[in-house]
This record gives sequence, structure tokens and C-alpha cells, in this order.
Amino acid sequence: MEFLTSFFEQYGLLLAQGCWDTIVMTGVATFFAYVLGVPIGVALIVTAPNGLKPHAGINAVLGWIVNIGRSIPFIILLVALIPFTRWIVGTSLGVPGAIVPLVIAAAPFVGRMVEQSLAEVDSGLVEAAQSFGASVWQIVVKVFLRESLPSLIRGVSITFITLFGYSAMAGTVGAGGLGDIAIRYGYQRYQDDVMVAAVLLCIVLVQIFQSAGDITARKVDKRK
Amino acid sequence: MGRHHALRDVSLSINDGDIFGIIGASGAGKSTLVRCINLLERPTSGSITIDGNEITHLDGKDLLDLRASIGMIFQNFSLFQQRTVLQNVTFPLELRKGKREDAEARALELLEMVGIEDKANRYPSELSGGQQQRVAIARALANRPKIMLCDEATSALDTRTTVSILELLQNINKTLGVTMVVITHSLAVAQRICNRVAVIDEGKIVEEGNTAEVFANPQSDVTRELIMHDMLSSSSASFFEAAKAAGYSAPVVEGEVK
Repeated sequence: MEFLTSFFEQYGLLLAQGCWDTIVMTGVATFFAYVLGVPIGVALIVTAPNGLKPHAGINAVLGWIVNIGRSIPFIILLVALIPFTRWIVGTSLGVPGAIVPLVIAAAPFVGRMVEQSLAEVDSGLVEAAQSFGASVWQIVVKVFLRESLPSLIRGVSITFITLFGYSAMAGTVGAGGLGDIAIRYGYQRYQDDVMVAAVLLCIVLVQIFQSAGDITARKVDKRK
Repeated sequence: MGRHHALRDVSLSINDGDIFGIIGASGAGKSTLVRCINLLERPTSGSITIDGNEITHLDGKDLLDLRASIGMIFQNFSLFQQRTVLQNVTFPLELRKGKREDAEARALELLEMVGIEDKANRYPSELSGGQQQRVAIARALANRPKIMLCDEATSALDTRTTVSILELLQNINKTLGVTMVVITHSLAVAQRICNRVAVIDEGKIVEEGNTAEVFANPQSDVTRELIMHDMLSSSSASFFEAAKAAGYSAPVVEGEVK
């Protein structure tokens, strides 16, 4: 008991700050990854061979970009993007410096996930919408995105948790966060207690976000 | 891949106010044919005219307007699962500019007409097949179409529900004067509601005429075959029923006669 009190006195603030940094980094990066990723996923579906506006060229190039983006290890991307990051947010360090590479790493991944969710939409619904004179844009918004909403929400929680893991590496650029704390204290200073506490917090946070995603998706879904 | 003609040498005329049946086995080209009418399929050659207007070359907004002016219902209802019944019916109206209240008022009116106004705020997954098809019919009528395409609209329904949906379609045809094009593989459906039918086989129309005449005096082998099949499957079904009723517990294999 006494151990815990003194532990939290010493490291409580550090861990709280770590939680906050991780959540901000991951949350903001997830948001912008969707800003980029949703149009990519939509474009992949629309230009597919059996899509609403088939276009082999655009589809192939997009698919390519997405695959390349997904193949680059995050830690390499983090360093390689430093000049770009500095250009976008003015610094390559700290939480803002980590968000840019997180977004770039996640956008292609989100693109694929969105494509997957949209592909699950019954083609009969698309045909029905067409038969009522819906335009391509209307079908994207009112059929594809709306009908796949529960699946898209599940994708958000998967993305969030994946970025949560990536954000540990953002410690390399001094972004902080729980993963960074675990590495610095546990791996580099052999302070196992801090490491264990940081990892436990990671586990709890991931559980919370996964459950929140599942509950929201279930609530939104009107298919029983 | 070689060139395959899903349809060829098809020539048909459908009159105002008809309930026109297009019958044929699966794969005969019925669905492709009906989709040419609202250009969900575009014929590679030939012409289609509606009220004297050639539609085959329509594009852009004209194409969307044409489709909006033709209602369509489907075998699997194709209702939007994440929308309420009311929102399903307002869907075609949402695509056009207009007030939301007007769209909802129109939708409620239609739901009342098809007899499920009490389900307006339910979701399709909470409805039976027959109720879902009623919603789809209301949705197809939202834009006040003069033509309605029915693609195997009763094939996923049991007999009793089929009859009630057919009665509803007939009623709509009578009271609103909507011309209907009914695709079906079932002669019973065609006989019940269509005043005229065309028989299609391997992408070609093999016979066309008044329903009663075509069935009473079939001119083509395909039509005769369809009639045979229909008689066989219905009589075998009643045979099995009779056998069961009589208490036979012999291993009677039930199923459709192919």
C-alpha cells in the first residue's frame, strides 16, 4: 500500500501526462487519417471494375499508392517524413511532430478498411438507388456510407487501436505518451515498475476504446 | 471471351395501362430486358421509346430523370437496412430537391395506401417479407411514376403473401393507371394479374399475346414446356399434400420438380 502511494506520488503525474499525450496523438491522427482515407476508400470502390464509374487507371494507381504506403515500416516513415512534418506543423518534435507521420501511415490503411466496409454493401441496394435516379455522389453518400456505417465505426476503433500501438514509436521524436514511457523507463533504465504501470494503462485504454467502438456500432446498426 | 448476346431481336410493345408479363426460365434474359426499360442496362443496338421519346441515348441528368420517372421493385425488396420504413419511402424524393415535410407527408400517404402506415418508424429488419415488399412498392410509387417494373417481386414470398401483393399491384394499376411490367418465372403469377404476356427464351421473344390466349393455345415449344412444368410442380405438390393428409408416412421427397 505504502509502495503504491509513494509510486503514484513519484510517477502519477508522468503517467497521467502519458495517457493524455497518447490519447491526443492517437485521436487527432485517427481523425485526419479518415479525412484522407475515406476519399481513398470511396475512390477505390467507385473506380473498381464493377463500380459506378469503372476506371482501371485511377484504380490501379490508387491501389499502388495504398500498398506502398502500407509496406513502409512506421519507424522509417517517421524519420523520412521529418522535413515534410516540419513543413506542415512547423516542428518535427513532440505530439504535433508525431501526428503527421501517424496520419500518413494510417491513411492508406484506412483507405483499405473503408473500401472493405463499402464493398459489404448489398449491390441490390446500389441498383435500387440507381433505379430511382440517384447520381453517383448520392449513391456514395446515401447508400454506401450510410448503409455501411456500423462497419465503418468498427473500422474506426481498429484504426484507433493500431495507431495507439504505432504511437509508442513516436517517442523517437520526443512525442511522449505511454509507449514512450514504457520504453524509456523500462527498457532503457530498468525501472520495471513504471514500465508495468504504463503497459497496464495501455491495456485498459485499448479495452475501453474497443468496447466503446463495439457498443456504438451495435447501437447504430438497425439490422438485427 | 466471345461475344454473347444476352438479348437479341427483341421487339415488344407495351400499352398504357397494361400489366405486361415477361415470363421465362431463369437465365432467359428477363431481368436484362426489364433493365433496358430504365437503362440500368444499355442495349448495344436497337431503340426503346417511351411515350414516343427515344430513350436509348439519354445521358447525364436526362438519364437520372428518366429513371426517377419509372418505379421499380425487386425480388429481395432491396430496402435500405439503416433507414426506417418512412425514410425508405422518402428516399426517391430526397434525391430531388424538395421540402422534407412534403416528402414525409407523401410517404405517409403511400404507406397508408399499401396498408402499413403503422410501421412507418420501424426498420426493414423488423418486418415480414410481405410487409417489406409493401414498403418497396410505396417507395417505387413515391415519384408518381407512370411505369412500374416488377422484377420477380413475389418470388421470395409464400403463396398467401404472393396473392396479397399481386392484389395490391393490380389495385395500383387500376386506381393509379400505372403501367406494369412484371418479370416472373411463375405462370401462376402471370395468369393471375397480366393482361398480356411475352415468353422469352435464350434472349429471344418466342411468343407474345393476350394472357388467356397464350396459355390456352401456346404456339411455341418453350411455352408448352413452361406450362408442363407448372402443371407438374403444382400437381405433384398437391399429391404430396394429399398423401400427407391421408396419413402416409412413406419417405416422400418434397421439393420442386425441375
